[in-house]
Amino acid sequence: MSKQEIGIPRTESYTVRLEVFEGPLDLLLHLIRREEMNIYDIPIARITEQYLEIIRDLSALDIDRASEFLVMAATLLGIKSRMLLPKPPKVEAEEVSLDEGEDPREELVRQLVAYSQYKEAAQSLREKEALMSKVWTRQLFLEQPEGPVPLQGLSLKDLVKAFEEVLKEEWSWREVPREEIPLREKIREITFRIARSPAGVRFRDLFSRGGTRLEIVVTFLALLELMRSRKAIAVQTGTFGDIIIRRPPPAENTRTGDSEADEDDEDEQESQP
Amino acid sequence: MIWNHGKAILEAILLASPEPLSVKRIAEVIGLDEKDARILVDDLKKEYSQPGRGLLLQELAGGYVLTTRPEYGEYVEKLLAPKGKGLSHAALETLAIVAYRQPITKAEIEGVRGVKVDRSIETLLERGLIREVGRKDGPGRPILYGTTKDFLTYFGLKDLSDLPPLTVDTSDAQLILRGREVSAALQPDEVAAAAEHEGAAEPKE
Repeated sequence: MSKQEIGIPRTESYTVRLEVFEGPLDLLLHLIRREEMNIYDIPIARITEQYLEIIRDLSALDIDRASEFLVMAATLLGIKSRMLLPKPPKVEAEEVSLDEGEDPREELVRQLVAYSQYKEAAQSLREKEALMSKVWTRQLFLEQPEGPVPLQGLSLKDLVKAFEEVLKEEWSWREVPREEIPLREKIREITFRIARSPAGVRFRDLFSRGGTRLEIVVTFLALLELMRSRKAIAVQTGTFGDIIIRRPPPAENTRTGDSEADEDDEDEQESQP
Repeated sequence: MIWNHGKAILEAILLASPEPLSVKRIAEVIGLDEKDARILVDDLKKEYSQPGRGLLLQELAGGYVLTTRPEYGEYVEKLLAPKGKGLSHAALETLAIVAYRQPITKAEIEGVRGVKVDRSIETLLERGLIREVGRKDGPGRPILYGTTKDFLTYFGLKDLSDLPPLTVDTSDAQLILRGREVSAALQPDEVAAAAEHEGAAEPKE
């Protein structure tokens, strides 16, 4: 019997950091486990009380996550009040199991059971991930550059959109470019520029004024190549902020071995074309 | 053909292949029927599993591959630099849901997890572990997601049936009744253990 049931007030203050939970379902599962409740017969009043107590302080969360916890609070209160109402008179000749149909907790229980299964599945995936982290195959040699994804605060789509914006601006339309613009030149150039400015270079500034359309396309390709081989990352803070291109943080600046950009690491003395 | 000769050829094509090799393909290339190819593979697999070898023959993502042995992972790491960080809890949960319920929409995933999944989806797309597999009929024609071949390789799975089975069918209309029957049959302290089992993993640190 827990202290709650005997009526003894809790003496320990239980500090729970909300951020450790993946969401309201995660929190509920934790409560069910902690309070040794039967998930198929949840004492709604008790769990609602404890849930509300824990989410009293939502200040550590951002608004989206806080609202998720609040929605669940409302759901719990709704279930609780439905359970307090007198049951409607049973209808004759209904095939459906009335016990199930009348239980206001049913949907929540389904959700909790389903979620807890996926949580377990995620855990076993985690174990498999750990096993595979010590194993290499030829397929992985070729396809996986080490290091975190080179996009922070924006998606690839956003980057492409930003490039489309650049394309829309006025560029000189030369039918035949004056000179060839090899990809490696642009790779070298971008590498040099981001090495020189640790804080980064604005995406927009990568494209020089007065250049040809071909030039800006090659520049973008060079950027993508650098991102692919984890030598550059694109960062955007805030939905409408500038996109900044810079070097990845040193710990993750690993060699992948097969990109053209490798040879350019030494050439930082070279002046811009 | 001489059996050892076949094994040597198999070894060579396993190394050369950029993709996991299916039994069918092995049979084609070496010139055997599939039954013999399978036996050949098992034979070579046994050889690799002997002590003193640095490689393993494993079944991954629909075919056979040579992999390094986990015991020597630290040396490969020295050579290549460590693999990137693992996935976050949020991404793994989202991924688990996609893996078991594919094809599935973002809204459906959010229904299961009870939280928004935009960031997880983005991460998983970028890592090449999930992809868009189509659109669902109905208002908005939302995107459907499924797992990729890389997903199988990443977790060392042969194919989707290699995923550990889920124990409870939550679409069961009698879910609650059944669950209560199970827990009623247990002793009181076992009810707690069952609840623990349902409540599964610890919250993330």
